[in-house]
Amino acid sequence: MDLHYTAAAPTAQERAAVDQLLGPPTSGWEGGARRPIDGHTAPDAREARGRRHLLLPALHAVSARVGWVSEGALNYICRRLTVPPADAYGVLSFYALLSATPRPPTIVHVCDDIACMVSGAQALCADLERTVGPAGSPVGDGSALWLRSPCLGLCERAPAALQTVAGEQPRSEPIAPASSADLRAALAGVATPAYTPYQLPQHGSSDLRLLRRIGRVDPTSIDAYLTAGGYAALRRAFELGPAGVIAEVSQSKLLGRGGAAFATGRKWEAVANQPEQPHHLVCNADESEPGTFKDRVLMEEDPFALLEAMTIAAFAGGCEYGYLYVRGEYPRATRRLSGAIEQARARGFLGQNILQSGLRFDVELRSGAGAYICGEETALFNSIEGFRGEPRNKPPFPVQKGLFGKPTVVNNVETLLNVLDIIVSGGANFAAIGTPASTGTKLFCLSGHVVIPGLYEVPFGVTLRQLIESAGGVAGSKRLQAVLMGGAAGAFVTADELDTPLTFEDMRAVKATLGSGVVLLLDDTVNLEALLLRIAAFFRDESCGQCVPCRVGTARQEESLRRLAAGRPLGSLPQERALLTEMGQAMRDASICGLGQTASAAIESAMTKLNAFTRTAT
Amino acid sequence: MWGSNARETHPIFFHHVLKGVRAGARLYVVDPRRTGTAQWADRWLGLNVGTDVALANAMAHEILKSGLENREFIDRATSGFEEYRACVEQYTPERAQELTGVPAALIREAAHSYATSERAMICWTLGITEHHNGVDNVLSLINLALLTGHVGRYGCGLNPLRGQNNVQGGGDMGAIPDRLPGFQHVADDAARAKFESAWGTRVPNIPGWRLNEMFDAMGRGELRTLYVVGENPVASEADRSHAEHALSALDHIVVQDLFLTDTAKMAHVVLPAAAGWCETEGTVTSSERRVQRVRKIVDPPGEARDDIEIICDVARRLGHDFGRPTAEHLWDELRALSPMHAGMSYRRLEELGGLQWPCYDESHPGEPFLHARLWETPVRGPRAPFHPVEDDAPVDLVNDEYPLTLSTGRRLDSFNTGVQSGGYTSPLRRGETIDVSPEDAVRYGLRDGEDARVESRRGAVVVPIRIDPTLRAGNAFMTFHFDAPSNVLTIEANDPKSGTAEFKASAVRIQPLTHSLAAAGG
Amino acid sequence: MSVAAARPAAEGVTLEIDGTELTVPRGATILDACRSMGVDTPTLCYLENLTPVNVCRVCVVELEGSRVLVPACSRACEPGMKIRTDSERVRLSRRLVLEFLASSVDVSLASEMQRSMIRYQAQPERFGSAAAPHAAGERDRATPGHHHAPNGERHQTVEQPVKVDNELYVRDYSKCILCYKCVEACGSDAQNTFAIAVAGRGFDARISTEYAVPLPDSACVYCGNCIGVCPTGALMFKSERDMRDEGTWDESRQTKADTICGYCGVGCTLTVHAQDGEIVKVSSPMDHSVTRGHLCVKGRFGWQFVGRRDREEV
Repeated sequence: MDLHYTAAAPTAQERAAVDQLLGPPTSGWEGGARRPIDGHTAPDAREARGRRHLLLPALHAVSARVGWVSEGALNYICRRLTVPPADAYGVLSFYALLSATPRPPTIVHVCDDIACMVSGAQALCADLERTVGPAGSPVGDGSALWLRSPCLGLCERAPAALQTVAGEQPRSEPIAPASSADLRAALAGVATPAYTPYQLPQHGSSDLRLLRRIGRVDPTSIDAYLTAGGYAALRRAFELGPAGVIAEVSQSKLLGRGGAAFATGRKWEAVANQPEQPHHLVCNADESEPGTFKDRVLMEEDPFALLEAMTIAAFAGGCEYGYLYVRGEYPRATRRLSGAIEQARARGFLGQNILQSGLRFDVELRSGAGAYICGEETALFNSIEGFRGEPRNKPPFPVQKGLFGKPTVVNNVETLLNVLDIIVSGGANFAAIGTPASTGTKLFCLSGHVVIPGLYEVPFGVTLRQLIESAGGVAGSKRLQAVLMGGAAGAFVTADELDTPLTFEDMRAVKATLGSGVVLLLDDTVNLEALLLRIAAFFRDESCGQCVPCRVGTARQEESLRRLAAGRPLGSLPQERALLTEMGQAMRDASICGLGQTASAAIESAMTKLNAFTRTAT
Repeated sequence: MWGSNARETHPIFFHHVLKGVRAGARLYVVDPRRTGTAQWADRWLGLNVGTDVALANAMAHEILKSGLENREFIDRATSGFEEYRACVEQYTPERAQELTGVPAALIREAAHSYATSERAMICWTLGITEHHNGVDNVLSLINLALLTGHVGRYGCGLNPLRGQNNVQGGGDMGAIPDRLPGFQHVADDAARAKFESAWGTRVPNIPGWRLNEMFDAMGRGELRTLYVVGENPVASEADRSHAEHALSALDHIVVQDLFLTDTAKMAHVVLPAAAGWCETEGTVTSSERRVQRVRKIVDPPGEARDDIEIICDVARRLGHDFGRPTAEHLWDELRALSPMHAGMSYRRLEELGGLQWPCYDESHPGEPFLHARLWETPVRGPRAPFHPVEDDAPVDLVNDEYPLTLSTGRRLDSFNTGVQSGGYTSPLRRGETIDVSPEDAVRYGLRDGEDARVESRRGAVVVPIRIDPTLRAGNAFMTFHFDAPSNVLTIEANDPKSGTAEFKASAVRIQPLTHSLAAAGG
Repeated sequence: MSVAAARPAAEGVTLEIDGTELTVPRGATILDACRSMGVDTPTLCYLENLTPVNVCRVCVVELEGSRVLVPACSRACEPGMKIRTDSERVRLSRRLVLEFLASSVDVSLASEMQRSMIRYQAQPERFGSAAAPHAAGERDRATPGHHHAPNGERHQTVEQPVKVDNELYVRDYSKCILCYKCVEACGSDAQNTFAIAVAGRGFDARISTEYAVPLPDSACVYCGNCIGVCPTGALMFKSERDMRDEGTWDESRQTKADTICGYCGVGCTLTVHAQDGEIVKVSSPMDHSVTRGHLCVKGRFGWQFVGRRDREEV
């Protein structure tokens, strides 16, 4: 491509960061020293254009080294990868964890999202504002700053924060639970307090299936995993053959756990049957729904299981390449998985001819960079491919045209982990658990005003009340105001509805959703309207901006809620509420993807079920 | 794409190329510079200036050695193959690497890719023709197409991209020394008789002069009067001082133009003309032989008039009454005399947005490609001949005194001598520069933006330096769009067959103007 | 044998739109089908010579069996589809899309959108009064994931100072509805120059060069194809903008006719717009096989010499 660059040049540090990722440039045309042969030939331009998928990793590399991405660094990345600078800037400016303007090396991201909000995040932020200054302003000698952050997926130990330190040895560590003193220390560059390993509330229970290794099997050792029966499912899968695997998964009636509840067997079969090659497998580990932390726990504490499940899915779908897209806010999960991938490769569980089966499959880990929307599967594809994380219109569906335009199996972490049990014990046995329409077990992320917050695994069909009681019941004032199910995109269940069984179908009946398994308990002291405002702000921040209903609708929705919260509706209160309802309907009906389609869900649920926003200024 | 920077010189054509590239077509670009066009190529073959024949012959060598020639097509439709085979025998890719600088492996790859593609096309521009052996260069490419049968079929062929909006149309209308409209030869008695009867006058049966021959004739004093219509030879001819000298010796010069060009300033009579594309009715013919209508949208300024009116009035003064024909009248006359235009009524041209000749009658849809006859059984008409051609280095030798090879060409936002494109302010325009490689900048102490004296064996100009990484050591580049007359440097080494000068290879030296260095330093 | 029987039935796709059954060629979109039967469907981001991006959502229709509305411009017709183009749901979404845009963007020059607003009774003033315009560069500096909480008293807009950084183009992003057309025309749908892209996120998303550098520092080659596809006047030739500012631009006094570009040999059709005997603008027809509506800098701007010829000189 005949690309044009501005005059800005990279610093030696920036260049080194990019070269460390991509290797040194192979010719003068890619930013290396000019050699005589470069005057007569140049690298294959088509091949060069094919490296665009390394754009986000390259942006990460520079960001981890110097804290932000300068014009010179972007020019160098673009030269290396044959990406137009304006395009690359569009990508750079899409992600909240990246910055196109100078930023200090140390950043402390303080979660003020819904789960942390009910656990003291507001006080924490107020304290920081008082003691070190407002969010976004450099602190002290200018080597650090703090930012408010959407959910960091550490809700069971709220309030939470994440420290990132750029440099030769970049660091990224969660701080949770975080005290004001912890955060001030983190801003001063002091190492974060030790992160306590996850304590499973149900530790020792024999009913656990997905969580049974957690806390019992060393997640850093493939030998420990093998000793605990690891990779038995993959061996069984090889015996069954791809069609046999798909038959078992279909028989299990496993539905996707990422929120859309699509039949996994059907998805795999559809990809397996596509004549177009190659097929890809993508594991969606961009867990970003506020209040959700289940996949983080699974990845941190049982990483080999995920790799084994991915390998089985690849075997069934005929996929040669696997991408594991982990959200950028999960440094520990990323490190655990990277280590696990290396061990699995070294031991022949990934790579050419896995376990002498003839299967060739490898996994590449990709990190997100702070964009909720990338949890939408087609946005995630675009993100991997080096484009802005904007969702694609469907059809075509991923099984037809997914990653790189090829047939793609895309599954969420929890969904994949279910496959291990299905293969070992058989689809029919799996289908016997739970209810006829919602089979197996489900992970729930309990947070907020609950006595023992954490990750719980229960069979479908258990009631919400039973789940809460198993977690010790309501904490705080002990008087439950409501339960937010499914996160920011979810809906409220009232105290009167606690006996609803936890199934896809029963939740629909009470106009709620299981979604990603968020169970956020709110006692009656919680300012519901403030919580709803935080949700509205979240969607305003996280809308990708592509389609009009969502781009403008999320902004107008937040404005409307602000007016309602202030008791100053436009026109009369019913008029303002009607306006909000109309906006919600247009967002739901006309948005491209699930983000816009659900951006008004919790708010509408609160207005209809909990009488939110019914007062005017006095 | 061979010797063509279509990305800048034919931008909309290149949109179509890019569509193909994005759909999976492989693009090879042969050019001494890594132009914008070359930067889109799957592979760029950066040959030394003037070594096109060696490269083409080496590709042929490789195709033959690998048995990838289209034997069936060669046998059925061509002549002279054995001589050609013998000629390219000595052009091994290794020898070609010596001559062209292009790695032998890359020459092989390009040869295989071209020969084994179901459909392949070669497009070229002035990088091929503006050489003292420009016709040989063209023949070497035609040979490749014949060797592989990539001609006469949809999606194949040889495509010289025309540099002006009606250079094709000019040829179609007989503005070639040996042709009448529709490419009918002046020596063809029957054709001439047809025109003589229609025009009521005798048509000479001997070819006229080419432009370079006219200049020679001026030099000899044989040509005394010149009527120049829409051309600016003072600025566009190679070796400008030679051209000025020849023109100044004439008895009488008439220039018919939109502008008071450098040539018009030398004229005895200037006839102000209307802009053909927006102030007159008529047609032009594009590079793909598509005849399209131009329309009068605004009135010409002042005394400027339609070319048809001017010519008819000049004829009247000379004692011939051409009447007052409209553009359509003249077009219909052409259709009656040129069979390949017969089916192109104004009505059809307007309805269909143009038609590609030949178009023999009003039910004929026009031809999207030519030479399909070569695939008919038996082949209709003469066989297509191979023309063995040999490598022949540029005339203007590079030596220690003149160490750099200067090529001239166009930039995106400007056109030829700039008389039209100079009418708008382009943010891209930076005026004339001498573009040099970063390596030569170091070697000769040249700094970006500073003035340098560029000198050839014929003259010298002072222009600012621009360091251009798309050039390699030894190559330099200028345009001819601006007042800085790059053609005082160029050599009038004309191809004997086409009369085109070797604009692509002038030996020059570049000296930084030390006073500007001193000024910058002081 | 009847004509109908001779026609192979498998060639088309039969579906139902607003209760009327029709057959369209395979690959036709719902929009194609609607237009073939005369159902007027508003579009903003759709253009014949660009790949549908289906982002504006004003063309949405109701498809039986689909949970959400579907975009007519990009959704291919499938056998047996039952589509409603004027249901309450469709009308509401279309109206809201128009209101969302008109309340945040200056759509005074978006003539087609104005017609749709009348048709759907859009009332952008429902959102109250607009906030103060953004300062120059403010929107370019917006950071993803962080925005200043609005107070709701005045609604946000994209209003900002116009960008004039060269002699040929004016970029008035207060008029930008973010339809992506300019990005497509600059990018892989035509020009492949990629001087501009969508930057930022959500309501802060905007069209930008890298780091918002001025156009002359960017990759821009001034082909004007972005202006050619802009539906709202956000991108405009400076010459037109100047005439509008002077109050001399008057489309009712303009004529246009097609001719062929006077520069290279490609044969691009130019539509020349003239006012009072002077050329004022050049465009190209979208349905011509050579240009598909796209031109280069010379075709787009190279006409200016015509009006500037010095009459005294000749």
